[in-house]
Amino acid sequence: MFSFAIGKLLRAATVLLGVSFLTFIIGHASGDPVLLMVRGDATAQQKADLRHSLGLDRPVLTQYASYVGNALRGDLGISYRQRIAVGQLIRLRLPNSLELAGAAFTTAILLGFALGILAALNRDRVVDHAVAGLSILGQVVPGFWLGLMLVLLFAVHWQILPVSGSGDLAHLVLPAITLALPTLGRMARLVRAGMLDVLNSDYIRTARAKGLSERQVLLGHAAKNALLPLVTQAGLEFGDMVGSAFIIETVFAWPGIGRMVVNAVLQRDFLVVQGCVLVTAAGFVVINLTVDLLYAWIDPRVRGR
Amino acid sequence: MKFLASLYRSPQTRTGLILLTFVVLVALAAPLLAPFSPVNVDPSGRLLPPLSRVLASSTQGAPAHAETALHVLGTDSVGRDVLSRLIYGSRLSLTVGFLAVLISAVFGSLVGCLSGYWGGWVEALSAWLIDVQLSFPFLLLAIFLLGALGGGTLAVVLVLALGTWVNYARIVRAQVLSIKHQGYVEAAHATGAGTLRILFVHILPNTLSPICVVGSFSMALAILTEAGLSFLGVGLDPSTPSWGTMLNDGRDYLLTAWWIATMPGIAIGVTVLGVTLFGEGLRELLDPRGLR
Repeated sequence: MFSFAIGKLLRAATVLLGVSFLTFIIGHASGDPVLLMVRGDATAQQKADLRHSLGLDRPVLTQYASYVGNALRGDLGISYRQRIAVGQLIRLRLPNSLELAGAAFTTAILLGFALGILAALNRDRVVDHAVAGLSILGQVVPGFWLGLMLVLLFAVHWQILPVSGSGDLAHLVLPAITLALPTLGRMARLVRAGMLDVLNSDYIRTARAKGLSERQVLLGHAAKNALLPLVTQAGLEFGDMVGSAFIIETVFAWPGIGRMVVNAVLQRDFLVVQGCVLVTAAGFVVINLTVDLLYAWIDPRVRGR
Repeated sequence: MKFLASLYRSPQTRTGLILLTFVVLVALAAPLLAPFSPVNVDPSGRLLPPLSRVLASSTQGAPAHAETALHVLGTDSVGRDVLSRLIYGSRLSLTVGFLAVLISAVFGSLVGCLSGYWGGWVEALSAWLIDVQLSFPFLLLAIFLLGALGGGTLAVVLVLALGTWVNYARIVRAQVLSIKHQGYVEAAHATGAGTLRILFVHILPNTLSPICVVGSFSMALAILTEAGLSFLGVGLDPSTPSWGTMLNDGRDYLLTAWWIATMPGIAIGVTVLGVTLFGEGLRELLDPRGLR
């Protein structure tokens, strides 16, 4: 177990190093940040001075090394546009993103499981078809378009929810539902299939035969076994959700990391983008590492791989 | 032919095929079908709601003999006909999706094939690359790359290909690992066939069906992602008539002109539904146990 954990840890470290190098190179190739910072009438000497004071006249690899060194100490540089530390910008926005993603993920998992079980129990009836329709809708249209349509219905037509922005709970409803829908649909489908598999098995018949109530059979026996394999899928879905959050936050003017990245890209403020990519990747790597280690702890067979 | 016939038998796949054929035909016949030019602006006919009639003289490209011309789905913020842009948009969506799938399938399958066959450092390197790529959301990389290096159709195709090659590499590698010790491959070895011959004649053809299945799902993903990137303004050039750029344009007028943003979403939905249903049919046919 110990050597397994060390191996995974080393791998995670090299992956993060790779991500940081990749993002640094893309950011470097995007152009000269000095041109963003000076006024149009700046002389070549002024530009060169600024470049020197920012350390941008050093060799690329030296710049990369100092970027990584600073990043390890929590310093991700200073935004070229806003002249504020990137780390501080991220700290301000991250809680909002986590709030939205958390709300959407919880909604998707809970509703997905509920609808999946409901569909399985009402196989080939109206409820089943309605759930199937909802999950197909979530897969075939862009999530952000669904968001726009929800805005048209709930904020413009019926005027019961705000169009965009953040603040109270009402502001969270539309973006969270929009972000949740695709995952919700996939979850419902998988839960339905899993439940149908399990419901036909011998031990469910045994459970019924020994006189357990239908409630005990469904929730205690069937659901437990049908849902366990879905934990892995739920992990993958979370990653997917973080990805689409970049667009959904923009649609709803939600003050999170995603909107900040999109704005920073459009303003060519690439140090901010680099920082966000790095922080997101670090979050992913830590989550994956935790999942891997938990798996190995629960199931010793995994360690041999 | 027998293959197509058995595909046609399932009602779901048939729906998919019909939708897909419809979209492809629309894309091919775009100049014949579109009532207006997709790019010509008309300052006097801005933001007209669906079913608006305008004097034919005020629009370019309308039939000369008609006195009035009908904007079936209305016009956008600079007076371009929404239906015509939708029709031409199908060309871009399908081309971008198809090219992205083609490039990523070829590249990903090659990497998967080589790493599965040779193992060693090729495998270690590709596994590490896959780990790096999967360690953050692909959309973030796409936004970053296109923002830093510039958008445009070719750039979007390449970035989309970059995002999906991993799926082919993984599945082909797994296939190759299970195939390479089978009798017929070892027999080919024994008869003195070279590595390339074994790879391309004996191994690769046997990985084609999973590649096709992954391909159809990546096509759906590519169309959706292109729409998202263009919507954010880092994808295709805003003047090109694509569904994503139309959504970008329509978003600013959501409160006053709902049709601009609504229609391209429906077009995307129809296309992606077609591709998805077709892909699912393909998967059931090629591998009854399912690949996932």
